[in-house]
Amino acid sequence: MALNFEQPLSDLTKRIDELTKLNEDPKVNFNSEIAALKKEAQTMRGNLYSKLSAWDTVQVARHPDRPLIRNYIKDMFSDFIELHGDRCFGDDHGIIGGFATLGGKRLMLIGHQKGNSLESNIASNFGMASPEGYRKALRLMKLAEKYNLPVVCLIDTPGAYPGMEAEARGQAEAIAKNLTEMATLEVPIIVVVTGEGGSGGALGIGVGDAVLMLANSVYSVISPEGCASILWRDGKKAPEAAEALKITADSLLELGIVDKIIPEPTGGAHYDHSATMKEVKKAILKQLEKFNKISTRKLIEKRFNKYAEIGKFRKG
Amino acid sequence: MGWFKKSKKNAVQSDAKPELWSVCPACKAHIYKEEWEANIKVCPECAFNDKLSYKERLQLLIDEGSFKELNKEIKPTDHLKFVDAKGPYSEKANAAITKTGMNESIITGTGNINNIPVVIAVMDFRFLGGSLGSGTGDKILRAAEYALKHKRPYIIVSASGGARMHEGIVSLMQMAKTCAGIAKLNKAKIPYISILTHPTTGGVSASFAMVGDINIAEPGTMIGFAGRRVIEETIKQKLPDDFQTAEYLLKHGFIDKIVKRNEMKNFLSNVLQYTTAK
Ligand SMILES: [Zn+2]
Repeated sequence: MALNFEQPLSDLTKRIDELTKLNEDPKVNFNSEIAALKKEAQTMRGNLYSKLSAWDTVQVARHPDRPLIRNYIKDMFSDFIELHGDRCFGDDHGIIGGFATLGGKRLMLIGHQKGNSLESNIASNFGMASPEGYRKALRLMKLAEKYNLPVVCLIDTPGAYPGMEAEARGQAEAIAKNLTEMATLEVPIIVVVTGEGGSGGALGIGVGDAVLMLANSVYSVISPEGCASILWRDGKKAPEAAEALKITADSLLELGIVDKIIPEPTGGAHYDHSATMKEVKKAILKQLEKFNKISTRKLIEKRFNKYAEIGKFRKG
Repeated sequence: MGWFKKSKKNAVQSDAKPELWSVCPACKAHIYKEEWEANIKVCPECAFNDKLSYKERLQLLIDEGSFKELNKEIKPTDHLKFVDAKGPYSEKANAAITKTGMNESIITGTGNINNIPVVIAVMDFRFLGGSLGSGTGDKILRAAEYALKHKRPYIIVSASGGARMHEGIVSLMQMAKTCAGIAKLNKAKIPYISILTHPTTGGVSASFAMVGDINIAEPGTMIGFAGRRVIEETIKQKLPDDFQTAEYLLKHGFIDKIVKRNEMKNFLSNVLQYTTAK
């Protein structure tokens, strides 16, 4: 699937494919033409991705081919043992989790689950979790605390599910409780925004000692479309809202919300999963190593100070 | 019969001096201003609890002359240099300061409730819809730290539409920041009582307002995470009339008690007898 801003690149790729097909005929030789076009495509890809607007970045962050938690589980983590249920009401599929191993380190993995097809998206509610999802996440975090395992949370959600049942069963309470409990959880929490960081639904598993963001992911208090329809009274002004909300990794690093940006391959994470995962793995392992050395008391104190600093009032 | 009442009221309204009347935002009944104020803005017709200013709320809950404000100087900060269709956020914030005489959407301080010393924070919906700005979050956290240091019960009266979009992600993070403050109180066994007043929605409902040791709401208070319209558009079905009311939350187990406005102060001091028992 080509995004709007990728259209010229997509046209070029199509020409390369056509030419490659023609080239199968032994009577012709387009090798040099194909090589030239491939080089041009690579340059174009670099150019396009070097100047993404905030709104372009939203499209990349939502790209259906972007690595999803199931991809990370399969190709980056090993020995995953999924754990189910919140022990209260049900098993949400908008958030999944369980024991996982990364580079030999055992940990508790928790993350939003989006799908890559209509079917899988319906099954996981498009990555929008219900209260059961947040409660399952908290249960797993408490388990991690008991077994002294670090927690890794992968964030990728449009937001918490806005449904009648979700409200009736306490969406607000479930998120609020997680924020409160995560503040003092006695094991390291590493958060990685891998795609879409949608508001309270993202933050509900997003309080951590280190918050990392993939370069083309976004994190926002409200979707650009939602903000545009409220503050611009026009949903079509989403590109303007995206710009104003400062939701890209660069802006969030500058604002002190994010600790590190994880680079993506040219062309975005969806263009090269394995290169993306190599970087994500490296970044997580580095943080785990850093926080493993810190005493529990210091860890919690540091985490508290990190959040106390965000938006701390300063005169003038 | 409701119809008689209404028609009578409309007749009164047509030749009445508007300055003598208050209009109930819920049922549109016209009530004598004097009666409206004497009834602490609770509608005698439909029992709706209208929004109170922070001054009215403090007067209602705190012993006369005992309130001392903390961190009054904290104001909104324009972290994003945010400009929307209506102009810069900084101008909007300044207009709110002028309009309300407050510096942020919350007032924090110390005071007594029937002679029991507490730390109290009161949100005021008039200030940018009671939204959770960084100044708001900072004041909530600092008041929590004060309560911790002085071992006083902490009471927050919420009234908020949720996060403050104009402060973007910094506003969202105030949810985590305020809850971190509450977590500290929990570890130190300092009581925290949350009073949810109309409306308490969005990011405020999904943070400090919902994690009280005891959650109390006023009758008819709207409490919820997602907006009613968004939910209706998502699930394409009509929601029950009492959806996201205090009564609905009580029924579903998220509120300990619904307390009438004129009984709130005594209820609080009764509860505090247990939380500070020796
Ligand atoms: Zn009324």
